[in-house]
Amino acid sequence: MPGLKDVKDKIEGVSKTSQITKAMNMVASAKLRGAQEKMESFRPYSEKFAEAMKDLSGGMKDSNLPLMEVREVKSVEIVVVTSDRGLCGSFNAHIITTVTKLMWQYESEGKKVSFVTVGNKAKQGLKKTGKIRASYGDIMGTFQMFNAREISQGVIANFVSGKSDQVDLVYGKFHSVAVQKPEVEELLPIKPVEKEGGAEQSKAGVSGAYLYEPEPDEIMEVLLPLYVNVEVYHAMIEVGASEHAARMTAMDNATNACKDIIADLTQLYNKARQSAITGELMDIVGGAEALKG
Amino acid sequence: MAQIHLEVVTPTGPVISDDVDIVTAPGVGGEFGVLANHAPFLSTIKTGTLSFKQDKQTKYLMVSGGFSEVSNNQITFLVESAEYGNDIDVDRAMLAKERAEKRLAQAQSQSEKLNRVRAEAALQRALARIRAAELARQ
Repeated sequence: MPGLKDVKDKIEGVSKTSQITKAMNMVASAKLRGAQEKMESFRPYSEKFAEAMKDLSGGMKDSNLPLMEVREVKSVEIVVVTSDRGLCGSFNAHIITTVTKLMWQYESEGKKVSFVTVGNKAKQGLKKTGKIRASYGDIMGTFQMFNAREISQGVIANFVSGKSDQVDLVYGKFHSVAVQKPEVEELLPIKPVEKEGGAEQSKAGVSGAYLYEPEPDEIMEVLLPLYVNVEVYHAMIEVGASEHAARMTAMDNATNACKDIIADLTQLYNKARQSAITGELMDIVGGAEALKG
Repeated sequence: MAQIHLEVVTPTGPVISDDVDIVTAPGVGGEFGVLANHAPFLSTIKTGTLSFKQDKQTKYLMVSGGFSEVSNNQITFLVESAEYGNDIDVDRAMLAKERAEKRLAQAQSQSEKLNRVRAEAALQRALARIRAAELARQ
């Protein structure tokens, strides 16, 4: 039976931990609100963007834009977006596992794999593979477009120079506060969006009737890198929201676990106290008996 | 007067969504104006000043790179950032301009092409801000 003081110290320690986890839970839920707002305000932009891409790319099938060039895939680059910090349950671990599986799959097909990591956890998780080409850390909290631009410029340069023939994007998609799942998307080469109703309609439809300034090809040259940019930014926002949601859940679980431990320890404490008292009483009674004798 | 619906959308949210008389925008091939019932039109936008007229008042926005789309009597700008001329902090923009000029002067060698491009973009943004602010004040 552990000593009374040991148990008391332990209860105190655990209750302090639970204070911290509770505070972290509240901080995460406040930050989640901010991240969700960011996601909401980004949505109109990305939706409009997708619309325009759809209108344009339908008529672009046989153009030779560098970002739409389909080559035989010899090397794949995977852009991995995770959070910067831990303590958010298995959120980052899931992403890393997905990425690792993807890597094995590509390598078994004889393709070379390289990584671009966004967020500190991706870097830590993939360091031992030795395949990280570039990494960006400590930028997840800011949600700035220029961060995404820097990343996408690097990825685009690598793709255009032929060092990678395909670029995948892996990130933690925010489904709801309770569910966040790793999502794999193909980023490059950009595929022309097929319109419903086939090519005929697209020719007669909107894209044919547009006036362009400058020429469609030149517009696409500006639009496509921007598209990559938007996709990367989108992934970062999603991860931002997912991270806080995952942390909220993790910290809630931790707080509950603390409560359970405290309950167990309190019982143990009471038992120890009780047995100490019983022991003392026995001593007294035993002493009195002996004196009587 | 017939009006056209103007929408300016940035990654941080919509900036304006309203009916206006005329829109003038900084296209890559030069400035262009759009009135109501314009034919479908798509153009890339460079950093500069966007102006529109509404109730006989002209308002100015600083916009940085993106593109615009005209269809169904609606003009949509998808730009990386947009700010009203009245909201711009001119002193800050001036400082940014000086900073960008300094960096540009430092990054003249060939090896620093990326830095130069960045400094140039920053300078353009600062100039556009200052201009939008000045126009708005008039």
